Amino acid sequence: MKKLRPGRIAVYVVLTLALIPVLFPVYYAFAGAVMGPGDLASYPPALVPSGLHWRNVTDVFSTVPLGRFYLNSAVQAGVITLAQVVTSILAAYAFAFLRMPARAATFALFLATLMVPWETIIIPNYLAISDWGLTRGGLTYLGLVLPFLASAFGTFLLRQAFLQFPTELRDAAVIDGCGHWRLLWRIVVPLSKPSIAAVGVYVFLSAWNQYFWPLILIRDTEYQTLQIGISQLNDAEAAQPGLILAGVALSLLPTLAVVIFGQRYIVRGLTAGALR
Amino acid sequence: MSPPLVVERSPSGATTTSGPRRERALSWLLLLPSVAVFALFIFWPLGRTLYLSTHGNDIFGAPGAYVGLDHYADMFSASFAGILATTALFTLISVLPAVLGALLVVLLLESRIRGVRVLRTAFALPFAFSVATASVVFAVIYNPAIGIANGLLGAVGVDRVDWLTDPSIALPAVGAATVWMNLGYNVLVLSAGVAAIPQEVVEAARLDGATGWRLATGITIPLLSPQLFFLVVVSTIHALQSFGQIHILTKGGPDDATSTLVYSIYERAFAYGSSDFGAASAQAVVLLLIMLACTAVQFGILERRVHYR
Repeated sequence: MKKLRPGRIAVYVVLTLALIPVLFPVYYAFAGAVMGPGDLASYPPALVPSGLHWRNVTDVFSTVPLGRFYLNSAVQAGVITLAQVVTSILAAYAFAFLRMPARAATFALFLATLMVPWETIIIPNYLAISDWGLTRGGLTYLGLVLPFLASAFGTFLLRQAFLQFPTELRDAAVIDGCGHWRLLWRIVVPLSKPSIAAVGVYVFLSAWNQYFWPLILIRDTEYQTLQIGISQLNDAEAAQPGLILAGVALSLLPTLAVVIFGQRYIVRGLTAGALR
Repeated sequence: MSPPLVVERSPSGATTTSGPRRERALSWLLLLPSVAVFALFIFWPLGRTLYLSTHGNDIFGAPGAYVGLDHYADMFSASFAGILATTALFTLISVLPAVLGALLVVLLLESRIRGVRVLRTAFALPFAFSVATASVVFAVIYNPAIGIANGLLGAVGVDRVDWLTDPSIALPAVGAATVWMNLGYNVLVLSAGVAAIPQEVVEAARLDGATGWRLATGITIPLLSPQLFFLVVVSTIHALQSFGQIHILTKGGPDDATSTLVYSIYERAFAYGSSDFGAASAQAVVLLLIMLACTAVQFGILERRVHYR
C-alpha cells in the first residue's frame, strides 16, 4: 500500500469536496422519495429520512397515471431507437460498401442535417404534424416519432464502423454469390454489434429524455411522456416534495439501468466524435 | 440457397455482381428512408422557417402578408439584445465550470489513488438524469420555503436566498443546475481521452521525475486538448439549445432574467396560447446562424488538428 503523503491526502480532500455537490442531488432524489411530511417540512430540514415512508411512492401512482406515462415513453423511445438503428444501418451500408453517383455530395447532405438545430425547425414541424392531425389520441405516438426516424449521427457512426471491414471481405462475399442483402445482415451487422449497440443506447437516451417536442405536441394527458408528466407533477404538487421526488426516483430507474449496465456503450457512442 | 450471380468486371476494375446499375439502384433504395425523413422533417421545414420569418401572421398563427425583413429589423431592440446577452452569459456560466471542473476531477483521478473506478462512476452518475428529472430535483432543492438549499443556509445562520425569483440570482442558479447535469458527460469524455493517452508517454515522464502538477500541465492537459476543444464546442452548442431547465425552473423569469434565445422562440410561438410564428421563426434563423458559426469553429479546429498530427 502506498504511503499517505500530504499531496495524496490533498487529492482525497479535493475529490471528496467535489463529490458532495455532485452526489447530493442524486442522494436527495432517492432519500426525499421516502421522506415523510415531517422530514421535509422540519427545520432545520432532515438530510436523512426518519424512516422508509413508502406512501410517497404509492401516492404518486394515484396522483398521476405514472404507469401510463412509462408506457408512452417506452413506445416513443423504443420506436425511435428501432427505426433509427435500422435506417442508419441501411444508409451506412450504402455509404461504406456501394458505388453510386454523387456519393460525397449525398454524404455532405447527411452531415448538413447535423448542423440544423431542432429548435430552428420546430415551428414548421409542429405546424405540419398538427395539420396532419397527429396531436390527438393514439395518433400522438406517430407525431412523437415521425420526425426522428432517421439520423445522420447514427449513419455517420456506423459508416465509420463498416469502413473497418477489409474490402476483400466484400468482394469475397459477392463472388460467393452472397449478395449485398445477405452480406449486410449475415456478416456486417453481426460483426458490428458493439457499434450498433452504441448507436442504440445513445438514440434511446436522447429520445427518452426529449422535452421540447413532447411538451408542445401532446394534448391528451393519456399520451403524455414521462418527462413531461414529471414536470407537470412538479408544477401541480409543489407543496409535496416527497411526492415529486418519488416520481423522479421512479422515472430514473430505466436510465440508471442503462448507465450502469450499458456504460461502455455510452462512452463509445458519446465519445465517438471526441476521439475521432 | 440463391443461385450464384453473374460476376463481371466494372470499368474501375473491381468485381461487382450484376453491374453498377444494380448497385446504384440498391444504394438509392437503402438511402431512401433516411433521405425521406430528412427532406420532410429537416430540409422542407428549414425552408418554411425562412418563409415564416419573412411573413406576418394572424393571432392563430396562420401566415399572412410578406413583410420582408421586418421581423429581423425588430430585433434591433433592447429586449432582443437582452435575450442575446442572457444567452451568452448562460452559455458561459454553464460551459466553463462544467469543463474545468471535469478536467480537475479527471486529473485528480489520474494521480494513482485507490478506488478510481468507483469514484469515476460516482462522478458520472448525474448522467442518468434527464434535463427534466434533474430540473425537477433542483426545483425542490431551490424551493424558497421548504427547499433544502435555504434550509442548510438557515442552519448556518445565513439569510434565505430567493434562488429562482431574484433576477440577479436566477440565471446563476439555473446555470449551476446545468453544470451539474453536464458534469457526468464531461467526466466520461475526458476519462476516455485520458485512457487513450499512450502509457509509455506517461511512464517516461514519471521516470523523468514529473509528478502531480508538472505531469498534468506538461503531458496530460496538452494530450487532452482535442477532447477539451470538443467538449467546449459541443457543450456550447448544447447550452445554446437549453430549454427544459429554463421551462421547469423559471419559465424565463423573473423579469426575463433567464429568457434565452431558445426560450424566447418557445415563448413567442407556443407559450400562453401565443402563436407569433413569424417573429419566432426570425429568432430561429438567428439561432441557426449562431450554431453554424459554432460548427465552423469546430471544423476549423479539427482541420488544424488533422494538419499537425
